[in-house]
Amino acid sequence: MDNKNLTLLNRIKDSDIYFSFIKSPTAIVSTLILIIIFFCSFFVELVTPYNPFDPSSLSLMDAFTPPSWTEEGLAKFILGTDGQGRDMLATILYGSRISLIVGFSAVIFALVLGVGLGLSAGYFGGKYEMIVMRLTDVQLTVPSILMALLVDGIARGIISRELHDEMAIYVLIFAIGISEWPQFARVSRAATLVEKNKDYVSASTIIGVSNIIIMFKHILPNIMRPVLVIGTIGLALAIIAEATLSFLGVGVPPTTPSLGTLIRLGNDFLFSGEWWITFFPAIFLVILAFSINLLGDWMRDTLNPKLN
Amino acid sequence: MVMLVVAFVSFSLFNFVGDPINNMVGEETSDEERAELRETLGLTDPIYIQFSRFVVNASKGNFGISYQLKRPVSELISERLPATIELVLVSALIALISGTLLGVYTGINRKGFFSDIILAISLLGVSLPTFVIGILFIYLFAVILGILPSFGRGEVVSLGYWTTGFLTLSGLKAIILPSVTLSLFQMTYIIRLVRAEMMEILQTDYIKFARARGISERSIHYKHALKNGLIPVITIAGINIGTLIAFSIITETVFQWPGMGFLFIQAVQFVDIPIMSAYLVFIAFVFVMINFIVDILYYFIDPRIRVKAEAVSG
Amino acid sequence: MKSKNLVKILIAIFFVFSTTQSFAKTIKWSMQGDSLTLDPHAQNEGPTTMVSRQIYEALVTRGLDMSIGPQLAESWEATTPKTWKFNLRKDVKFSDGTPMTSEDVVFSILRAQQRTSDFKEYISTITSVKATDDYTIEIQTREPNPILLNQLSNIFIMSKKWCEKNFAMAPQNWDAGQETFSATNSLGTGPFKITLREPNTKTVFKKNTKWWGDVEHNLTEIHLLPIKNAATRVAALLSGELDVVTDAPVQDLDRIRSSGAHKVQSTAQMRTIFLGMDQAADQLRTGNTGDNPFKKKEVRQALYQAIDIEAIKKKVMRGQSEPAGIITFPGVTGYTKELDERLPYDVDAAKQLLADAGYPDGFEVELRCPNDRYVNDEAICTAVVGMLGKIGVKVNLFAQTKSKHFKELKDNQGDFYMLGWGVPTLDSHYVFHYLYETGASWNKVNFSDAEVDAAIRVMEGEVNLDKRNAAIANAWKIVRDNIAYLPLHHQVISWASKRSVDVPIRPNNEPLFRFSNVR
Repeated sequence: MDNKNLTLLNRIKDSDIYFSFIKSPTAIVSTLILIIIFFCSFFVELVTPYNPFDPSSLSLMDAFTPPSWTEEGLAKFILGTDGQGRDMLATILYGSRISLIVGFSAVIFALVLGVGLGLSAGYFGGKYEMIVMRLTDVQLTVPSILMALLVDGIARGIISRELHDEMAIYVLIFAIGISEWPQFARVSRAATLVEKNKDYVSASTIIGVSNIIIMFKHILPNIMRPVLVIGTIGLALAIIAEATLSFLGVGVPPTTPSLGTLIRLGNDFLFSGEWWITFFPAIFLVILAFSINLLGDWMRDTLNPKLN
Repeated sequence: MVMLVVAFVSFSLFNFVGDPINNMVGEETSDEERAELRETLGLTDPIYIQFSRFVVNASKGNFGISYQLKRPVSELISERLPATIELVLVSALIALISGTLLGVYTGINRKGFFSDIILAISLLGVSLPTFVIGILFIYLFAVILGILPSFGRGEVVSLGYWTTGFLTLSGLKAIILPSVTLSLFQMTYIIRLVRAEMMEILQTDYIKFARARGISERSIHYKHALKNGLIPVITIAGINIGTLIAFSIITETVFQWPGMGFLFIQAVQFVDIPIMSAYLVFIAFVFVMINFIVDILYYFIDPRIRVKAEAVSG
Repeated sequence: MKSKNLVKILIAIFFVFSTTQSFAKTIKWSMQGDSLTLDPHAQNEGPTTMVSRQIYEALVTRGLDMSIGPQLAESWEATTPKTWKFNLRKDVKFSDGTPMTSEDVVFSILRAQQRTSDFKEYISTITSVKATDDYTIEIQTREPNPILLNQLSNIFIMSKKWCEKNFAMAPQNWDAGQETFSATNSLGTGPFKITLREPNTKTVFKKNTKWWGDVEHNLTEIHLLPIKNAATRVAALLSGELDVVTDAPVQDLDRIRSSGAHKVQSTAQMRTIFLGMDQAADQLRTGNTGDNPFKKKEVRQALYQAIDIEAIKKKVMRGQSEPAGIITFPGVTGYTKELDERLPYDVDAAKQLLADAGYPDGFEVELRCPNDRYVNDEAICTAVVGMLGKIGVKVNLFAQTKSKHFKELKDNQGDFYMLGWGVPTLDSHYVFHYLYETGASWNKVNFSDAEVDAAIRVMEGEVNLDKRNAAIANAWKIVRDNIAYLPLHHQVISWASKRSVDVPIRPNNEPLFRFSNVR
């Protein structure tokens, strides 16, 4: 077991990716930031004693406490509190967790759908391929935000209100995911087309290996690099899309606010001097998206120069 | 064909998402009044008759009456159409012009300090949600500096069916912040596209020949390289008009721009189906038109461009 | 600082033509919502009436001090307890120049009684109205009606000829989405007339030069520019694009005051915010106990005493509210300071009451709130959720836009809800008639008390003021002791404007631009 891990580690160490990673300060810094953010968001219970979603633990009299370094700030609320007396840091981290869950789920949804369709389209060809590619064309022309709004609008009409609040997060994942799959489909189709004609694939076909095994065992590993790049950039897009939808008021319900919801709620206090209520979630969102984009940019340059 | 499918989708929206009657009347309306209204609206007819009526009405621009605003949807849309179109056009121009200029600069000066800055900012631009930029702009230019208006279209001049903000000073001032906000995302996109094109073209043989013939760098960059690099940019920009229309929803919300996007977002919140279905049909129409135009362009331009465009957008 | 100025100057130069000072005195006015329709009888709703009030007039009206005075009627008298005679002004013209006569007044009152009118309940006691000559009308009521004038002050007078010509004889049927000429056009006798109407975007009022009254304003135009988002509205006011905002967000008042070029006026509004609890249902729709805890007075009192209204006043309302003990406010007949005293805030007592009632572990219920109707409505509800959580009552908040909130409330879908009540007639009867009478249209807590119902009959028919006041006082005592509702506070409204603009604030939140001046 140990041995195996060691060889894997060595392999990573020897790879060109690792080499270019330690050579790139932007990549290292952005990865570090992302690791910190991911850790704090997913293990937020360990990071902060506050639970902003438990109304009975809040005290309204704590509301509008400024950040701790200002004159009226309190040490127990590092970034201050919002209008309900919730600790800003805890609220942001809980919100970031929701943003990240939506972002990751949407990208995974798009990835599975896109790679599945693109791979099979490239592999089987014919009418099926034509239909899938035509679909990606159509889907690409429909902007993500519009798609998401429509899906949400229809969902609101169809499912009851109580269900909608529960379903909102899934609707959101579906809505954002559905607008990102064509990118994956195109790349995986293109890569499949290249791989398909290589000798080892023809050989496998001749010795009777099933199509599914060829696709997943042989072709899939070869398209992982571009898919990873698109997935990373897609994650940033998905997080921004989620924030935008929540800002527009059609995202997650305010009882479980994401970063976008927090910015929308804080926006009301922009002129009244309580700048921290909207500033911190906004800056957090930008840092998050910027780090992911930096990493994605670096990955694109390193892993797949063709895509640049 | 596409239009028919979209028409059917929006028709189903109208008919199956909630009971239109319940959406229109208050709870104190009696059952007889409801039945009477159902009859007047033709909701008792068979589905296919209703659908054909919907298509005929839609092609005449009649989408019924908004649940929330109680006014004909066609009237609401035509009132707000000019605002959105003007906003989108100005943003497209800003994005295209400044995006191309900055893209050429970074394409030529690949390693320069300013190029790095521009690229870093463009990446930041992709990471900044449009609504955050909008709020920032309002705070900076409208509240702190107090030089630009923060909402609305200013004074508009009515030209028959069209209202324009281009003919008054307040109208021109009012369009600055929303259009710049809307254009930023597209601009960063175009910068990267033009830069990649320029870098590629500057490697090609005919540029090398041109250099060998002693043509000045300036002329090479702007006359030979840019010209070739621009064709895909314009096509992509054309397609992105659709994206701009969609993103105008956000900009219009932040700046209270009285356009269709603002109308639509309120419709989504109120589940105002007639407006939603009309907007859907309208957007589909715009996309079909743009695709049609782009297809014609492809026909005239080297088919290679299509492949290239795909690679870039991927 | 220096570079900021430089940028300022540069951009100022860029817009060198920007300041085109005109002599026209224009007020740019903004609020969250727009008038729903210009038909003055189609919708009884705040912003709609605010707009109508500038262009239409009634027989009598309330002035700046909220007292009733003559408007289109010069004088009136009750010739018998059920018959009223009104003498109309003879110099009144509609803004198109046609004179107003008793024919128009009779027509308008009858129009406001039709099925599609939203004001029909206001004047349901009127059995007949007829013109005795060109400038006199006579109104018959079913019973002696002590508040007829209050009610008539909200019935706007239209031109019969104009309605005939434009097929607007009946009020627009708002519920059915009817389109009428009168919904988008107007012809009134008021001090202003509408010359441009773009719903939800812009409405332009011009001075009506044919107005009969003494002009006390110096305006040539009013532009109504509704802005939904509060932050944008404040930004527009601070940047000088707006002159007056009639619903300034409480959190921004300090910022507006500190700008130097702006001022804030505040006054107690004629509106009380409260929470209702359905006391009749056998089982809560959104509960978890299988019964209805709200049936027990102890539970209602526990919820009452668990609410820290002072914290809400300080943090949510920024001091801009008056904690309330009853759902009516100073200035209304029947209001007294003693009635307005609240039960003390006491978490321990509340827990004890809850345990005594048989719910030591609390229960679960949904709280319905509007999110765009009252000052910080959603924030108040959020605060209440936290406070009730502390005594073990798990409240799930459901906040939505006002039109849906009210519609679903009327559909009896609420266990626990927020509502605000104003009293346009300034008489307690209006509150009892709508909120407490058995089966009343807004009595969604299903409160029912025979003694209160009897008192309401007395309020409607008793002309002896002492007897009537005694009935009102008794009714208030009963509903207060019963904790039929949980009163929260009387709203304080704030209007923010440029210093150079005078729009006197009024407790009913309705501006009267005929008293406005711009320097």
